[in-house]
Amino acid sequence: MRTVKKKSLNRSTGAVGEEFAAQYLLNRGDEILARNWRIREGELDLVTLDRSGLIHMIEVKTRSSSAFGHPLEAIDSAKAHRIQRLALAWLATNGALGCDYQIDAIAVLISSDGSHTIELRANVL
Amino acid sequence: MTLGMTFGVGLQGLAGNLVTVEVDIADGLPAYTLLGLPDAALSESRDRVRSALTNSHELWPNRKVTVSLSPAWLPKSGPSFDLAIAVALLIANQTLPNCEDTVFLGELSLDGKVRSVRGALPALLAAAKAGITRAVVPTANLAEAKLMVDLEIIPMQTLSEVLRWLRTGERAEAEPLDLECESDVGLLDFADVAGQPRARLAAEIAATGGHHLLLIGPPGTGKTMIAQRLPTILPKLSIAQALEVTAVHSIAGTLGNRAPQSRLAPFVAPHHTTTRVAMVGGGAHVIRPGASSLAHNGVLFIDEAPECGPGILDSLRQPLESGEITIARSIGNLTFPAQFLLVLAANPCPCGKFSGRGRNCTCTSQQVRRYLGKLSGPLLDRIDLRVIVDPVSRIEMAQNELGESSAVIRERVIEAREIAAKRFASESWKLNSQIPSRALRTTYQPERAAMNFLHDELDRETITARGLHKIIRTAWTLADLHRHAIATLTDVKQAYTLRDGVEQ
Repeated sequence: MRTVKKKSLNRSTGAVGEEFAAQYLLNRGDEILARNWRIREGELDLVTLDRSGLIHMIEVKTRSSSAFGHPLEAIDSAKAHRIQRLALAWLATNGALGCDYQIDAIAVLISSDGSHTIELRANVL
Repeated sequence: MTLGMTFGVGLQGLAGNLVTVEVDIADGLPAYTLLGLPDAALSESRDRVRSALTNSHELWPNRKVTVSLSPAWLPKSGPSFDLAIAVALLIANQTLPNCEDTVFLGELSLDGKVRSVRGALPALLAAAKAGITRAVVPTANLAEAKLMVDLEIIPMQTLSEVLRWLRTGERAEAEPLDLECESDVGLLDFADVAGQPRARLAAEIAATGGHHLLLIGPPGTGKTMIAQRLPTILPKLSIAQALEVTAVHSIAGTLGNRAPQSRLAPFVAPHHTTTRVAMVGGGAHVIRPGASSLAHNGVLFIDEAPECGPGILDSLRQPLESGEITIARSIGNLTFPAQFLLVLAANPCPCGKFSGRGRNCTCTSQQVRRYLGKLSGPLLDRIDLRVIVDPVSRIEMAQNELGESSAVIRERVIEAREIAAKRFASESWKLNSQIPSRALRTTYQPERAAMNFLHDELDRETITARGLHKIIRTAWTLADLHRHAIATLTDVKQAYTLRDGVEQ
């Protein structure tokens, strides 16, 4: 029971973080093409289109404390490769193969008082 | 600026290369890449540096960190780059000012202490040669580092001390180091040896002319005692020689047994079960000097020499010939100095009692013959002095007065060496044992009567041509000790006696 509860807590933290990230990108002027696009292989957190017409595949990592390392440290090479494959899958299903795209990572750190910080790393792969 | 640069030193044997440590911090996922052919211990630096930094209350950059050790083609080993990497990383992270003209040596512990490294002295020698003027070294390596007088040495105990010094220029003064040579008090002394006038003389001649020595005698007669006391009658090392010795010991990590500033000739006594690699040096990943190099400028003593495994003693033939040893491995060829005085000790037979009248010996005559035959001919050819060490008689044992002390003998050795050095002023060698055979037949011939004696012996086939040369070399040493201007007939006859260990 505990683990289930914990898992759902994680998912809600993640969902909150993704909401913050999406808001940040919208404020920047990007258009959001997809959120939590999911196929059997995995999930793309955010797909956006920036003003220059470049597609961004974005992995969002949320932590409520940095005690267990930086959020982005959780992206290892296996995960990076999966994101790469998912990106191609998304482009294929949406008829966008051949379009320019890049993969970004966003770290969201949520403090206990509810405030949050956002860190964006562009073109990480 | 997201680029930081410091200097470290990569060692290959005794030869060091100044290594530029560059750290670049780029945007991207947190990662750490180490370039420049690091070995396993060096690759682990990532985790040491990271923990040391966090535990010294510094920030670890959660970005893509690339560390490059150039020249990139040079294989680098060991943890001595930790400190240089940590400092370069903080410079790249813009939390430290630039720091040029300084080389950083030191392994980091997880709590941020700066640990001692192997080979600090040869590393600093290389740094000084490359034009570096300042060096940060672990406090534990201070004694050897202080030998580098033309470098500003900054001893450090912890990473935070290093960082404080780089930021503010402040540092705690190191405790003054006692750089005086160790006194001779408590050392072994030749006065301890009872009797054995012939072996004592042979030791003195060996020390004077650098002649290799074989001591044959039953157990308990003082062979080991005599060999152990040889360094006390050898002249003190010159500064340059002492530096060479300390450099080799620093690489081997054996400075614990020997003060870095010691001017006493080293004494190394490998056990007779030693391996070839332990004897001449080697190793799979990191090549380390062997016993023959640790005995550089000193004495290499092998007790029970006939018990050595096959080929072990013969592996010493190259260093005996050239004074250095070249080790070839897949990672490259390395040369270590190995100019030592070889002293072999042997029992006369397997049971050890075949001496004098050989009354108690239980060996068969064939066993006796075979035993010393284990010392190969080519090796024995390189040994100028062969001495039988007889059991000490009751008269000698009963004598109350002690034999000559080491200080007295050393005085004579130094004087005789000075005479030889004057004679060889214009030559490339310094010791009588190093006279090439060509020079022995021309410039450095003994007096005519002595030559006649030797030629007669040659005709009677009691000595070989090579044996003749060795006798002349020893004769010159005797001449120096006796203050003869030229090797005389008596010198030659005495040398002849000492060569074969037979009574005249």
